[in-house]
Amino acid sequence: MTSDSTAVAAGGTSLSSWLRGARLSLLLREVALLPVLVVLLVVGAVVSPAFLTVSNFAGIGQQSSALGVVVVGESLILMIGGMDLSLESTYGLAPMVAAWLIVPVSAFGDGTDLSPYLGIVILLAVGAAVGLVNGLLIVKGRLNGFIVTLGMTIVLAGLQNGIVKAQSLFNLPRPFGYLGSASFGQVPVALVVAVIIFVLTGLFLRYHRTGRAIYAVGGNPVAARAAGIKVERIKIGVYVAGSILAAIGGLMEAGRVSAVTGQQGYGEGIIFSVFAAAVIGGVSLKGGRGNMIGAASGVILLGLVQNILDLANVSNYWIEAIDGAVILFALFLARIVGGESTAEE
Amino acid sequence: MTSSDPAGVEMTGVEKRFGTTRALHDVSLSLSAGQCLGLVGRNGAGKSTIVSILSGLLEPDAGQVRFGGAPAPRVGDIARWREWIATVFQHSMIVPDLSVAENVFLGGTSPLVSWRELRARTRDIMREWGFDIAAEALCRDLSVEQRQIVEIARALARGARCVLLDEPTAALERDAVRRLFERVRQLTAGGVAVLYISHHLEEVFDICQNVAVLRDGEMVLTAQASELTRDDLVAAMVGSAQVKAAASPAQREPRIRQRRSRGTVPDNAVLLAVENLTSDSVQGRLSGVSLTVRAGEVVGITGLLSAGVATIGRTIAGAEPRTGGEVRLRGSLVPSGRRDAAQHAGIGYIPEDRRAEGFVAHLGVAENITMTITDRLAGRLGLFRPASRSAAAAPLTAKLSLVASGPGQPVAELSGGNQQKVTVARTLAHDPALIVAITPTRGVDVASKALLLDSLAGVAASGAGVLLCSDELSDLVICDRVIVLVRGEVFAEFTEPPFDRDKLIVATEGMSNGKAQEAAE
Repeated sequence: MTSDSTAVAAGGTSLSSWLRGARLSLLLREVALLPVLVVLLVVGAVVSPAFLTVSNFAGIGQQSSALGVVVVGESLILMIGGMDLSLESTYGLAPMVAAWLIVPVSAFGDGTDLSPYLGIVILLAVGAAVGLVNGLLIVKGRLNGFIVTLGMTIVLAGLQNGIVKAQSLFNLPRPFGYLGSASFGQVPVALVVAVIIFVLTGLFLRYHRTGRAIYAVGGNPVAARAAGIKVERIKIGVYVAGSILAAIGGLMEAGRVSAVTGQQGYGEGIIFSVFAAAVIGGVSLKGGRGNMIGAASGVILLGLVQNILDLANVSNYWIEAIDGAVILFALFLARIVGGESTAEE
Repeated sequence: MTSSDPAGVEMTGVEKRFGTTRALHDVSLSLSAGQCLGLVGRNGAGKSTIVSILSGLLEPDAGQVRFGGAPAPRVGDIARWREWIATVFQHSMIVPDLSVAENVFLGGTSPLVSWRELRARTRDIMREWGFDIAAEALCRDLSVEQRQIVEIARALARGARCVLLDEPTAALERDAVRRLFERVRQLTAGGVAVLYISHHLEEVFDICQNVAVLRDGEMVLTAQASELTRDDLVAAMVGSAQVKAAASPAQREPRIRQRRSRGTVPDNAVLLAVENLTSDSVQGRLSGVSLTVRAGEVVGITGLLSAGVATIGRTIAGAEPRTGGEVRLRGSLVPSGRRDAAQHAGIGYIPEDRRAEGFVAHLGVAENITMTITDRLAGRLGLFRPASRSAAAAPLTAKLSLVASGPGQPVAELSGGNQQKVTVARTLAHDPALIVAITPTRGVDVASKALLLDSLAGVAASGAGVLLCSDELSDLVICDRVIVLVRGEVFAEFTEPPFDRDKLIVATEGMSNGKAQEAAE
C-alpha cells in the first residue's frame, strides 16, 4: 500500500504485461484436473488393450454426452448460488412427454401422433416450464432451493410414470432418436453437440455480459444488485436454461437407448453423477466459481472411471462402491491441485 | 459519590486496551439504589466497553468491579452476574419464536420446565411493574417497544437490582420514549439502580439524577444533572472545542477542497427531489423526509446511527424499498426498491457496508469496477473482450491511486482502503447524475480519505449532484449544505460552510437551544 508507482503502472504503461500475468494464473486454475485425467489414461491403457481405441473413446463420448449436457445446466445453476435436484426428473419427464405425444396408441402413446420435430419443441418447452416454476418459487417465492427442487423431483418423476402408466415407450421415430444414436463416421452426434454446448456456454460465461453477471450474482448477490444487475431475472433465467439443458440431455439418452423408460433420470439417480462431475470440476456449491473447462474435465473423469471399471471386469456387486470411492478421491485431488479456488469456505 | 450502599454497583480505576487502542483509562463510576445515572459520550468514547465490563462479558485489564461492596463474580459466570446486574442491549436479545414467558426466563429455569409456573411468575412481574404484556404472546408478534419491556422484565426476573439500558430509545418512536421514561422512573422509585446510556442529551436531563461524561476513554465529568447546563455537557463531550477542532483530521487535510459557500450552485436546476419519504427500516426509520439536491451540489446528511442517515441513502438509491413518498430524479419518478432502475435513471450508489455490497470478492479489480457498465462495454449480442474491461477500468484506478497487482487481482486480496476505492470506482464508472454515498470513508486511512472525498467533490464540480450520508462529521467538509436528521425527521439544516463542528454535534443530539438555534431552520 505504499508505492504510488504500482498504481501508475496499473493504469498506464505496463498494462499488457499486467494482463498476461492475470491470464496465466487463470489458465492454471482451469486445467487443475489435467494431471488426474492423464493418470487415468495410463491406468486404462494398463488395464485393457481395448482402452486406447477409437471405438472405445467413441463409446465413452456417446455415454457421457447426455450427462455432460445436464452438468452444464447444473453448473450454471450452482454458479448463481442455487441448486437444482429436479434436473434428473426433467431429464426423464421431458422426453417422456414428447415421446408420449409422438408414438401411436399401440406403443402406449396418447394418440396425438405428433410430428417428431414438434415433439422436440414440446420437449424443450417442458424443460423451460419446469425451470420457470422452480425459478419463480425459489427467487420470487423465496423458498429454499433444495426443498423446492426435491419436491419437484418427485412430482416430475411421478408424472413421468403416471402419464404412461409405468410403460416404456419404444419405436421412437428416427428424427427423435437422431441426436442420441446417429454418428458422423465414428464420432457420435451427441458428442459433437455436447462439445458445442460446452464451448458455447464457456464462451458465453467469459465474454457475454450476462455470463459475467452470473459470476457476480453467484459471488455476491447483494453487491451485484448494488451494481445495478437484475439479480432476480438472471437467477430465474438460469433455472430455465438449466432445465432446458436437462431436457436436451434426456433427448440424447432416449436416442441412445432407443426408448424412454420410467427409470430414465430419477430412477437411475443420475443427479449424484451430475453434482459429482460439476464439483470435481471446480464448480463451487456456494456459487460464483466454476467454468466449463473444469465441468467438462469432471464429466470426462467420471466417464473414464466408469469405462475403466467396466473394462477391468470389476464385479457388478462392487462397481458402485469403487465408483464412489474414486469420485471422493478425485474430489480431494482436485482440491489439492486446484488450490483455494476449489475450496469450500 | 462513593457509595457504601449494599445494593450498589461500583467500578473503580478500570483500564481496558484493545491492542494498541486505549478504550478506557482509570474509569470509576458507581450506581446506587433508586438512582438513575446517565452516561454520555460521542461514538467511540468507550461507552460500549463499560457496558461489556459491567455485564460481565469483558474483563478489565486493571481496576475492579464491586457489587454491594464485595468483588464481582469472575467474568463469564453470567448466571451469577445476572443476579446483580442485567443489561438491555442496544440490539434486541429476544428470541422471536419463543413466548414472552420463555424469554423472560430464558436460560434461567431449572431443567424441568413448569409452564404454568413460568407463566404465573411472568404475570407477577408484569403486574408488579405495571407492564401490560400477555405471558403467552409470541415475541415475534410484539412491537420493538414491547420487546424492550420483555428484556427489562427479564432483568427484573433474575432479581437484579441494577439495570443497564444501552441506548434504549434508539429504535423507539416519540410516544414510546415517553412511556419508557415513566417505566424508568418506576424502576428507580422501586429501588432499582439504573445506568442509562444515550446519545440524546435531553433524555438524560429528563430522567437522570446524575450524569457521567466519557471522552476518549476517560471519565471527564461526573455531576448531578441539576447542576449542569446543556452547554456544559456538550463542552465536556467534545472537549475544549477549539483545541479539538484544530486537531480533527478534517483540518489536517489540506487536499480536501473546501466547498465555496453559496456560489453558483443554488441557481442550478433541481436534480433530485425527495418528497415526504418514509421507511420502516430496522436500521433507522424515516417519517416524512423531504429534500432537494441541485446539479453540482454536495448535500450532506448526518445524524446519529439510528436517525435514518443510511436509510435515506439506501432508499433513494433503490437498495431498499420505501413505504411512502416520492423520489424524483430530473422530474421523473424513480421506482421504489429497484436498484437497477435507479442506476438506469442515473443514481450511483456507494454502499455503507462495502464488504457486503461493495464488490464481489473473488472477481478481479477491473471486472468489479466495470460491473455497472457492461451494457456500454458490450457490443451487439452482448459480447465483449476482457481487455475492454481493463481498459475502461484503468483511468479510474489511476485517478483514485488504486494499488493492485493487475486488473485481474481479486478484490478480496486488496487492503480495506483499496477495496473502498473499487466500490467508488464502480460508481464513478457509469457517470451517474447523482451519487448517493453512505459513509464512504469509514475504515479508510487519512490519505485515502482525502482522495475519496476529493473525487466526490470533483464529481460535483463537473455538474453531478452528491448526497453524502455520513455520521463522520469530518466527511462533511466537502458539502454545500448539511441536513441533520433526528429520529427519521429533518431536524436542522446548515447552509453556510464551513460548518461548526460543535453546532453539528449539538444538532445531531437533538438539541436546538443555545448556539445551535441560529443554524437550525
